[in-house]
Amino acid sequence: MRLAFVARRLAMLVASLLVASFVIFGALYLAPGNPVAALSGGRSLPPSSLHVLEARYHLNQPFLAQYWYWLENAVHGNLGISIVLKENVSTLIGSRIWTTAGLVLYASLIILVLGIGMGIVAGLKPGLLDTSALVTSAISAAIPSFVAAIALIALFAVKLRWFPALGNGTDFLSNVRHLTLPAFALALSSLAIVARVTRSAIREEADREHVQTAVSRGIPRRQLVRRHILRNAAIPITTVSGITIASLIAVAAVVETAFSLNGLGAYLVTSAQDKDLAVVQGISLVLVTAFVVINLAVDLAYAVLDPRVALGSRAA
Amino acid sequence: MSVAPAQQRAGDAAPLVTVRAPRGGRTAVGLLRGTGAAGIASAIVIAIATVVAVIGSLIAPFSPTLPNLAVAFVGPTGSHLLGFDAEGRDVLSRLLAGATTSMLGPLAVVVGSLLAGTLLAVIAAWRRGLVDAVIGSGLDILFAFPGILLAVLAAAVFGAGLPAASISLAIAYMPYVARVLRGAALKERSQPYVAALEVQGASATTICLRHIVPNIMPLIVAQATILFGYAMVDLAAISFIGLGVQPPAPNWGVMISENQVGIPQGYPLPALAAGGCIVAVVIAFNVLGERLFEQAQARP
Repeated sequence: MRLAFVARRLAMLVASLLVASFVIFGALYLAPGNPVAALSGGRSLPPSSLHVLEARYHLNQPFLAQYWYWLENAVHGNLGISIVLKENVSTLIGSRIWTTAGLVLYASLIILVLGIGMGIVAGLKPGLLDTSALVTSAISAAIPSFVAAIALIALFAVKLRWFPALGNGTDFLSNVRHLTLPAFALALSSLAIVARVTRSAIREEADREHVQTAVSRGIPRRQLVRRHILRNAAIPITTVSGITIASLIAVAAVVETAFSLNGLGAYLVTSAQDKDLAVVQGISLVLVTAFVVINLAVDLAYAVLDPRVALGSRAA
Repeated sequence: MSVAPAQQRAGDAAPLVTVRAPRGGRTAVGLLRGTGAAGIASAIVIAIATVVAVIGSLIAPFSPTLPNLAVAFVGPTGSHLLGFDAEGRDVLSRLLAGATTSMLGPLAVVVGSLLAGTLLAVIAAWRRGLVDAVIGSGLDILFAFPGILLAVLAAAVFGAGLPAASISLAIAYMPYVARVLRGAALKERSQPYVAALEVQGASATTICLRHIVPNIMPLIVAQATILFGYAMVDLAAISFIGLGVQPPAPNWGVMISENQVGIPQGYPLPALAAGGCIVAVVIAFNVLGERLFEQAQARP
């Protein structure tokens, strides 16, 4: 991989984060409501205390200066104070981030193992199995996470009682049990998309000339699949897996709400409803950062698999 | 060709090189016929959903908003085919009336993102060079915002509601539209007929609007169809988490969240019925969109 390529992608990452942070701060700066009134809890204050508050929170400074103070603090992990819970936003985020990370990680594992696995099987074995996999995945791809959530709760939590319906667990094992249904709800449509792309990538590679040549040379099937088909098919598979996994970060908010999980996404939603702006800013910043970092990782993995990308030429 | 005889009669007045601009997008019927049985079946589902979205509240047999707690979560009876919801409203009536906001929101998202995305794509392809690079990196940065996150942010600033959610999604989808269409527009830009029109003195606006856009129209239609499905899922999700359409207004996403309480009580029908409507319409848009996309890509 070329160093210049990595440097360019890193520069783009920083630019994206700067613009994103600017939008997040700017949008909430424009939000109706007086920040001093929010700080004082609605009580009217004497002018001297008003001045103290304005000076402490830099409210008397121009917009760009305020943005700079906010960004500087944010980089140092100081994201302000929640108006509703009167606690540090970074503490509030810290106590919820692992639920979201666990959920997204669990769902990613399901997508990678089941999605790619089913795609490979369907791609290598045309016939009835393949056709049914195609139809199933077309339907699953259209099931939104929250519809999957209520269907999974109705079936596996209420009817069969295999898994708890709502809430977080207490220790690692019970957390895994609590996160199983949410992770499947979150993974379902992405799983179907990854399976479909994997299948068509495998099918396409299997028909290529170099594979036909390898078959005629009598190379054993295992080696053929691993070295000649999977190696090339890995490029589109990595791309689609990366994109769908990155998109889970935002959808997690919907799934956490559906399962009453104590995660970042659900907290973001309630904070948006309560207009707890410091929390909305902080969580948005964390989620956008995670999103662009995963996208960067995908781009780099893509460049390792397909050196043409890093060399600047277009993939054929 | 009806113009051929006229040109022959004109004789020496005919231009030295005749480059005929290829006919713009085929007719809607032709496009649809090419998508096969699955595509036509999907189009029928979409047509039904559209009709219901327009006249749904007129054909609803009962009031979709008048609660009657005495019949909350009562199952299907003779005249109430799908039973009653958490507040004792007729589920079928609420589904029919809810189609309007459930379909109108995605329509607004698709129209908004396609107008802006097509405009940027054509400008980037036409001017190439620096303009293309600037638009390209601007869109790359916009990729950093997942649609739902932008909608939550908009709800925090402007208050929850369908307009804010639709505008946020339109902005978030725009880069995807522009990226696909830019490639197609670039290919069209390098066709000989474009150079011929330029030589003949046609203005850039004319060439873009009368020739390039009509020629990439099949791809635009395919994009619109696929995006409609995505927009429906995302907007229903935003309404489900309480930041989109506000209850008691009927909407499929809202219906799922307000009837979620019925699931632990062993009565999931109202929530699942609303979920079923979303899934059926999204499948139809996905299948039709995929077929239209393949068809558009297969064009020479």
